Amino acid sequence: MSPRPGFVLDVDRSTPPTLFWHGERFSLETLPVGSRVIYAPEPIEPLADPSAAIRAALLDPVGDRDPLPALLFPGMTLTIAFDDISLPLPPMERPDIRQLVIEQVLDLAAAAGVDDVELIVALALHRRMTEPELRHAIGDRIYDAFAPHGLLTQHDAEDPDALVHLGLTDEGEDVEINRRAAESDLLVYVNINLVAMDGGHKSVATGLASYKSLRHHHNPQTMQRSRSFMDQHRSELHSANWRMGRLIADSGVTVFQIETTLNNDTFPGAFQFLQKREWEWKARDRMGYLATSKALDRTPPRYARQIFQSVKSPHRMTSVQAGEVEAVHALTTDHVWAQQGVVVQGQTDILTMGLPYISPYNVNSILNPILVACLGLGYLFNMYRGKPLVREGGVLIMTHPTPWEFNPVHHPSYIDFFEQVLSETTDPVEVADRFEESFATDPWYIHLYRTGHAYHGVHPFYMWYWCAHALQHLGGVVIVGGDPAAVHRLGFRAASTLADALEMAQDVVGPSPTLTHLHAPPILMADVQ
Amino acid sequence: MSVTRGSSRSLRSRRAVRTDARLGGTAGEDGGGGPARWLHGLAPASLAARAGRAPFPLAAPSWPESVPRPPPTPTLGVHYDTAWARRYPARLARALVLDNVTRPLARALASPLIRGDEGLVGLEGPVIFAANHASHVDTPLLLSCLPLRFRHRTVVAAAADYFFDRRWKADTWSLLLAAIPIERTKINRRSIDLAAELLGDDWNLVIFPEGGRSPDGWAQTFHPGGAAYLATRTGCPVVPVHLDGTRHLLPKGGSGIRRSRTTVTFGTPLRPDEGENPRRFSARIEAAVATMANEATTDWWTARTQAARGTTPPLQGPDVSAWRRSWALAAPPEHHELDGDVDWPRRNA
Repeated sequence: MSPRPGFVLDVDRSTPPTLFWHGERFSLETLPVGSRVIYAPEPIEPLADPSAAIRAALLDPVGDRDPLPALLFPGMTLTIAFDDISLPLPPMERPDIRQLVIEQVLDLAAAAGVDDVELIVALALHRRMTEPELRHAIGDRIYDAFAPHGLLTQHDAEDPDALVHLGLTDEGEDVEINRRAAESDLLVYVNINLVAMDGGHKSVATGLASYKSLRHHHNPQTMQRSRSFMDQHRSELHSANWRMGRLIADSGVTVFQIETTLNNDTFPGAFQFLQKREWEWKARDRMGYLATSKALDRTPPRYARQIFQSVKSPHRMTSVQAGEVEAVHALTTDHVWAQQGVVVQGQTDILTMGLPYISPYNVNSILNPILVACLGLGYLFNMYRGKPLVREGGVLIMTHPTPWEFNPVHHPSYIDFFEQVLSETTDPVEVADRFEESFATDPWYIHLYRTGHAYHGVHPFYMWYWCAHALQHLGGVVIVGGDPAAVHRLGFRAASTLADALEMAQDVVGPSPTLTHLHAPPILMADVQ
Repeated sequence: MSVTRGSSRSLRSRRAVRTDARLGGTAGEDGGGGPARWLHGLAPASLAARAGRAPFPLAAPSWPESVPRPPPTPTLGVHYDTAWARRYPARLARALVLDNVTRPLARALASPLIRGDEGLVGLEGPVIFAANHASHVDTPLLLSCLPLRFRHRTVVAAAADYFFDRRWKADTWSLLLAAIPIERTKINRRSIDLAAELLGDDWNLVIFPEGGRSPDGWAQTFHPGGAAYLATRTGCPVVPVHLDGTRHLLPKGGSGIRRSRTTVTFGTPLRPDEGENPRRFSARIEAAVATMANEATTDWWTARTQAARGTTPPLQGPDVSAWRRSWALAAPPEHHELDGDVDWPRRNA
């Protein structure tokens, strides 16, 4: 039976309670009659033979690119860049797609007699990956062949010797990227396109860029003009990256782009109920929910976090395309939408969403309050095409414990941002104007970023800018079950129960509002008509 | 490793948040206006409680009225999975019943006279046994009369709409008769594929090409889509079988079993000729059974000579009015009367 498309449920008196994520927990909430619940499409059939599909893509590229073997020759310099720990979510079961793709690229390079090969993790300003994380992403075979010889490196956006300035775009944007990548005869970029935002020119122009380059599109103004940044054609974030990408190509950098898409089979066996529609829960699903939720209620948060962070997703590859960046990305975007798109009629007054335990920036870490805001207002709010799911002036209700808790190794600058910046102002523009420069150039944060496993000092600002569109659009934000102090620091309201939050929301949107619940994950993209 | 501030409090302990001064009124202060009425729409959970049953997820979820229910996955009829009945525990149980219950009962009630079984000597399986069908006792009687080497590795094609329309019936007949569901009103890919697969797996097959029991005692036209089609598809030989007298034990619509003599006649195995289509092969099978039916009421030589002349009485009986067809069957042949004990199985000397 072919997988069912996404679905918008109209809640009636027979509708069973709806699952809400609540960090490392979840609950069943009863929504008012007349509410809508948006469910993701079911996982589409994966490729029967991913290795054969990868090989076919490399030999038959799209756009103005020769087959990969024709681009490889003895004596050349080859750089293979790939996405970091932020993709996919949750991390996928072995073998990771990056391993499958890079192994085939290396096989072809070896056959062509290419000796000068280097692998670079396209971190941008993210934290460096640990050895186990790298081994999981690219496999032991590749890691053991390259890492001991210093040929597996992690992009350093603060190493002036490892960066090269390629020029300015028509809009005056600096394009400064990794020197090795820019000066190689061929740059192969291996993507995992979990959402429509990923890939395209953004891969190189952001993933291998410096702060000097990133600040041109990672700012409040760009994010406020991106409606949404998941829709390339209405995203200023993408416009800037496309300008930069074309400049990179004009500078003589030959990019062989490889993009892959996944189905949304997100949770393994024991957690399958999380991606099912509640009225279709079988006895096994109900028992799974009861056992899991009761067990988690009795588990200390740190152990619950460890349990969930150990979950590996059974994602499977649904497509792979290779060749010229823009031609490849057009195909990729179609595949992403085929898996995630759900047509939704009209906006809503109140949008509810349960926030899970994971975002792109807390893999094997803590979802701190800033990341809670970014996950809800940055990512899930922007999962739309056309119009936002919630009307302008509407209210967003999120459920998450929002603990005042940070990982000091991964997120040191987040702690100070939360204490020093958000206590002063939550306006993204003011935040950028008053505080960004000092955090971005702080030598201690730069040292931690370059030598430890810390996100760059400016990264929490970017998380806050990610929320800029939603903050500008919404009339209020309520977090159910959140730590009141942390929630208030974010500038939001805290509520104990969903019913309380709905009452509070009516103070903003008026009586008898319309309500829509975003039943994610699995990831879905609302095509709001 | 983490940096925290404040204790990690549970959801329930955060009640104070509700009184956030900026929020205005509390629940119930609305005075019955719009917001409160809207929130009172949070009703479904209480429906279950009022109905006196455990709430979801302890109980099964209710189904939203706006969502059409998907058609249930069919598990009966031709979709019934009979694989379990061909595994060794079920085969052992069936063999015990067949040899220790069915055969003694058949001896006591039907006293079958077996003819022509010598023609099966040396016949390599798998084999399709195609018989006329007048009574429910045909199947157990035929199974109990099969040579031992066929008896315990034979499945029976049974009407999917009759024997597999209830779970208990499907389970019972699968176990006791090794029945497999066959769609009898049309050629069904699933049931025919299953039968062909089992023949390929060295299972023998008992099938009634009429597609059902005779309504009046005279046979019906043989369908080409069963035995004939399977033989042309798999190349297996078809052994025509004639069962005589079973209608007197238990006719269609009858309420009880009466003792009666029966005759089970095995014909010469038939194979489809090169290029012969199922329809023509089916006619040959039917003609063979008709010859054996004639033999049951006359003798072997008479039946043979009439067959050679093409004057074998048709299985379907005379083409006359309904009462005359019934009248022709009204007086059973003498040998159907069963008095006293008889040797069993009886064979024509």
